[in-house]
Amino acid sequence: MTVSATSTASLPPGLVVAPQLPDLLLPVKVRRGVLGFLRSHPTVAFGGALLLCLVLVGIFAPFLGTVDPTALAPAKRTRAPSADFWFGSDLLGRDIYSRVLYGARISLSVGLSVALLASLAGLAIGLIAGFVRWADSILMRVMDGLMSIPPILLAIALMALTRGSVGNVILAITIAEIPRVSRLVRGVVLSLREQPYVDAAIASGTRTPMIILRHILPNTLAPMLVQATYICASAMIVESILSFIGAGTPPTIPSWGNIMAEGRALWQVKPYIVFFPAAFLSVTVLAVNLLGDGLRDALDPRMAKNL
Amino acid sequence: MSTPLLQVNDLKKHFPVRDGLFKRKPSWVYAVDGVSFEVARGETLSLVGESGCGKSTVGRAILRLFDITAGQVVLDGKRIDRLSPAGLRSMRRRVQVVFQDPYSSLNPRMRVRDILAEPIRNFGLARSPAELEAKLAALIDTVRLPHDALNRRPHEFSGGQRQRIGIARALAAEPELIVCDEAVSALDVSVKAQIVNLLQELQEEFGLALLFISHDLAIVEHMTHRVAVMYLGKIVELAPKRQIFTAPKHPYTKALLSAVPVPDPGAARNPMILKGDVPSPINPPRGCRFHTRCPFAFDRCRSEEPELRSTGADQWVACHLEALPDTAR
Repeated sequence: MTVSATSTASLPPGLVVAPQLPDLLLPVKVRRGVLGFLRSHPTVAFGGALLLCLVLVGIFAPFLGTVDPTALAPAKRTRAPSADFWFGSDLLGRDIYSRVLYGARISLSVGLSVALLASLAGLAIGLIAGFVRWADSILMRVMDGLMSIPPILLAIALMALTRGSVGNVILAITIAEIPRVSRLVRGVVLSLREQPYVDAAIASGTRTPMIILRHILPNTLAPMLVQATYICASAMIVESILSFIGAGTPPTIPSWGNIMAEGRALWQVKPYIVFFPAAFLSVTVLAVNLLGDGLRDALDPRMAKNL
Repeated sequence: MSTPLLQVNDLKKHFPVRDGLFKRKPSWVYAVDGVSFEVARGETLSLVGESGCGKSTVGRAILRLFDITAGQVVLDGKRIDRLSPAGLRSMRRRVQVVFQDPYSSLNPRMRVRDILAEPIRNFGLARSPAELEAKLAALIDTVRLPHDALNRRPHEFSGGQRQRIGIARALAAEPELIVCDEAVSALDVSVKAQIVNLLQELQEEFGLALLFISHDLAIVEHMTHRVAVMYLGKIVELAPKRQIFTAPKHPYTKALLSAVPVPDPGAARNPMILKGDVPSPINPPRGCRFHTRCPFAFDRCRSEEPELRSTGADQWVACHLEALPDTAR
């Protein structure tokens, strides 16, 4: 057996030159598509599929055997679930099945919009706080202040200042959720800034905007995505609570919180009025949380079983 | 004699330590406290010392990853420590870095191609896509990796391969000086030898100067021309390799050398064991910083700080013992 004599003879004591071959063999490249990813992460697949179903239900609500969710039928009030009224009818004779399906539109659009808006705003604030020294303490003290108010109280207070509408509900919940995202992003940015590859990029002449775009931002997206799912779930719950106490979506629009609020008085005699919207809300929040948990496990490099 | 490639004059870097929101007066970590040395073209200077002695801070100061507290960093006759970001860019190309950890020194989301292309594009070193492609191919050849490595991401490589990519990135800027910050410390012994040999070959091929920051004296002895020994933010001894390893003058250098393991179980050893820990760089001792642990310390060491003085033959030592007549030692 011969060892290549590429090195100089005067190696320091304790060192030998190994044959160079093993280090140069590249590991087998494993290709995985979206399907492979879903197969190895069943929680993501299940949560995602469930959420997708609910989104489709919301989008195609008019074609799923529903009637006008606001149509009154005083003669057919508080009917139990039957072939005519799958989930029963409410105090004013409106079809709860139709109202629940249309209500999915409100819950999902509030949840998704708040997740998107809070992520974007939190990302911007977190990036500024992580990069601009003097802005950091100011921004973070404001965020601390916002966080010291329970999000629901903050949302109620903001709603009290404005007219009840879906847009205002989204805005109120977004403001309450921004501090959590910006804290997360700031923390990630501060730790990424210390990464040697960022130093190496600075040394190789990359300007700060490109450092942020190329080296910081892509690496904040994974934790942000996970956080966004939790925000989405919590926003849907807050929306329902706001509607339930009459501080959210106007009662003319069917939302799960509104339906539950209207059925509250009859809870003991006609439980189905509250049961169906509550069940849909729970399943939706469960789907989003499962998706978030699965994504956290899948995207966390410390749990990289697939690397 | 021409000007040295790099001159560092009385470099100081003090980091503020703030604890608490309302604490007004920060205390300071005297990470680097008056360090001077030169690196000639094509030369390897090693900075050695134990963890926390400030050797990495010196490297990062030369790369200007932060503003220094005091002193000068002169590259090829031009001060770079006070340059504006715009003026600095043209100088940045000439000093590059290879880091210790081959895992965190490469952006996990970028392909090797983009990692290597970043400095080439930043410094406008390729005028056409074809030239860029040729440079990338040449770089990957230089560090002895197969060409299809360009289209892979860092996680597909082993530690040694990643370190080769890190070296290729440093070479991409066509630098004159590479700061190797513990560049081989995280690698296996066999891989370490390969990377050390690669660095030496590249040094010869491109006439590179290396600032080799390390705590591994065996490696240092193998590849360096001169050695600077640091203790608690100061250089205590600076000399050509031969003098350091055969005739060290500073007590700390002697202690450091006697701690190097010898691959001979029967060898007679008389290690010089230092007592105590390194003092905190927040409150460095007065006088000679080493006096708290030095077996030869006397009164003067406790009150007066020794300067780095030439003891002939290009050897510089910061120790009061050198000022004593031979008979008194």
